Amino acid sequence: MALLEVENIHAYYGNIHALKGLTFHVEQGEIVTLIGSNGAGKTTTLRTITSLMHPRDGKITFEGNDITYTPANKLPSQGVAMVPEGRGIFSKLTVEENLELGAYYRNDPDGIRQDMSNSFDLFPRLKERRTQVAGTLSGGEQQMLAIARALMAKPRLLLLDEPSMGLAPVLVDTVFDTIERINTEGMTVLLVEQNALLALEIADRGYVLQTGEIVLADDAATLKKNPEVQKKYLGVD
Amino acid sequence: MEKHRKPYWRTALQVGLVAGVVLLYLGTIGMLAAFQEREVIYEIVSLGQILIVFPSLVGGWMAARRVQAHGASPVVAIASSVLAGIAAAVPTLIMLVINANVENVRDVLVNINRDWVDIVTFGNRDDLLAGAVLLLVVLAVASAVGALLTLLPGKLRSALIFTSALVLLVGMFGETVRQILQQLLPRETLDSIYRRTSLRVGPAVIIFVLGFIGSYFWAYRKETASRSAPRAANVTPRSLTQRIIVFIVLAIVLLALPLIVGRALSDILVTVGLYVLMGLGLNIAIGLAGLLDLGYVTNYAVGAYICAVLTSTGTLGLTGGQMSFWVVIPIALVAAMITGFLLAMPVLKMRGDYLAIATLGFGEILGTLAISDWLRPVIGGAQGVLFIPKPNFFGTELVNPEQLYYIVLAACAITLFISIRLNNSRVGRRWMAIREDEDVAAAMGIDTARAKLLAFTISAATGGVAGAIFAAKVGTVFPNSFTVFVSINVLSLIILGGMGSNPGIVVGAIALVGMPELLREFSEYRWLIYGALLIFMMLNRPEGLIPSKVRQRELAAESPPESTPNPTSAAQPAIGD
Repeated sequence: MALLEVENIHAYYGNIHALKGLTFHVEQGEIVTLIGSNGAGKTTTLRTITSLMHPRDGKITFEGNDITYTPANKLPSQGVAMVPEGRGIFSKLTVEENLELGAYYRNDPDGIRQDMSNSFDLFPRLKERRTQVAGTLSGGEQQMLAIARALMAKPRLLLLDEPSMGLAPVLVDTVFDTIERINTEGMTVLLVEQNALLALEIADRGYVLQTGEIVLADDAATLKKNPEVQKKYLGVD
Repeated sequence: MEKHRKPYWRTALQVGLVAGVVLLYLGTIGMLAAFQEREVIYEIVSLGQILIVFPSLVGGWMAARRVQAHGASPVVAIASSVLAGIAAAVPTLIMLVINANVENVRDVLVNINRDWVDIVTFGNRDDLLAGAVLLLVVLAVASAVGALLTLLPGKLRSALIFTSALVLLVGMFGETVRQILQQLLPRETLDSIYRRTSLRVGPAVIIFVLGFIGSYFWAYRKETASRSAPRAANVTPRSLTQRIIVFIVLAIVLLALPLIVGRALSDILVTVGLYVLMGLGLNIAIGLAGLLDLGYVTNYAVGAYICAVLTSTGTLGLTGGQMSFWVVIPIALVAAMITGFLLAMPVLKMRGDYLAIATLGFGEILGTLAISDWLRPVIGGAQGVLFIPKPNFFGTELVNPEQLYYIVLAACAITLFISIRLNNSRVGRRWMAIREDEDVAAAMGIDTARAKLLAFTISAATGGVAGAIFAAKVGTVFPNSFTVFVSINVLSLIILGGMGSNPGIVVGAIALVGMPELLREFSEYRWLIYGALLIFMMLNRPEGLIPSKVRQRELAAESPPESTPNPTSAAQPAIGD
């Protein structure tokens, strides 16, 4: 049984049929990526998994439990954490306060303190800026903070929405290195990304989304060689 | 740069003309004439005279500042401001000429009359030319003084401004100051300071000198203090003992306040206190949780009507006046909380502006209900509820505002305590997250619906208490006391004081509710002054008078950080899929 199983979900924005029966799964320990162009339904998929919107049909199970209609705020305690699109940090709170909010559902002050120092080990730059207001961090640092904050919830599945968005190429590399490192330490990752090349670089498997449907599913390496993917998403002629 | 900037004389003319139009406006609405009679310093300075020079003074200051910002030398700055002062006289001069040559100016502009001519020519009604020249000279000098102020060193300048304002205020609010001093000084001493309500020259000079020395010394100390501990000065938290001392002094002052200020001012204090109470409550919804609630008056009304109906000795009283005020307070509190909870339910999914409109609607519905015939048998419709007895404290009836003050003070203290505790708790953290980003807050595991319900409910509670005290204070409850203006006033005082800041609410309430009461002798002009002050405040200090820490950080966050090694820090395009 896969860690996350998404079965035949249909989601709508009003009359617009945004997800047309999506089925995919994420296995324990994998990095799985959803790639696709603007409007393909990538963010919608993540919003549906995290219950920020509900599908009209279909089923989402995590570790065998049906989480389709589990309220968004119950998911962190169930083991699902998200790094939202555009980072979604609390820009007027300090770095530390952001991290504390990431551990909001937890009730073990000692464990939280331990995890906070762990995330400062993982992101030394955040340690330097622990009392700084998050809005004054650079884009890359904000992305680091958003990831660190999600990890504070001690998730077993990490959802990442467009982590490369708005970052300089050199920083994008750093962010993706970090994702890879977190994964090698045992974290399962579902990565939604427009930058298909980078995503397929670090992913184990990938799904290609097109107007709300999965049109291709394969190993990341195979997808990278697929001529159609190359032409459409990798910019290779 | 040098080529593209406006010539100095144009800047000066622009600023001067604006000041001139303001001066003319003050004349045409009759403010000059009305204020002429009010003497600040006996037989020497009247409020009208201050009003004449004030626009040019500010204009001169601004003109000098602007040209200096473009690199003008001090001499050029003063010259520009003199030009501005002359320009400031032009609109009034034109009106003088029109007035002298056209018959029926007064049919249209009722206040352009002999009195006005008298004021702007400094008594030279019969020799207009001399008067005009005098006006020109006075305004040019005032403007130059404004420019000179910009050239003074900072300490000296702020000391001068502060002291002038002090003398002006002591003179302007002569009646109030007299009332306060009455409790302390014998009548003869008072009469030697004030002639009726205007300051005498001697005391004015003494106040000026003392105030100047005091404020200069203060500025000097502050400067040396911050120099010896650069930057840390305003960050270092005060030590515990220091804080305890401040707390005790504050408590003593607050407790003694009604004894010091006397009855009339105590009455104002009670009103201010009620607004502080509501401000603290609404601040929980707006300042902490970011829920823009424009229907706060509903809670106030619920509290007032509950108190009225339960304690009234009139026909509408349910208990024939048997129920004690102290029993009613918790009932009003709970009733308001229930209303807050119920009204929050349907609007939980709304955000920002939509929430504001919806809550505004609730306020209107309640007002309509209060005045309706349907509820008339219960709450009296437009006739309201009468005969509400005063609170009884162990056998003594609390009739005077001095006594009621303590009830309000106690309620404020409790609310303040709760609000501070909440802000620093997990609940406060929850609200902070929701205020920033609801979706992300939910993704962090925060039950946003519950947190919002809680914020609305707690916020409503103090409104209910304030309403109950209000009803007991006034003795009658009418629907027209509960208009949308109450909500807007409470919201404004929060914004004026500084969103989310508790001391700010107190200052905001004093400025917004207390000041208009104190300005009462300036009759209809007080709302004009008040509006102008509000606009000025929001332009120059949008963070409020006493901004909260978070708010300060927000404003600091808007200016770029000092050390961002990363060139892409600002780039955050919002491209979604």
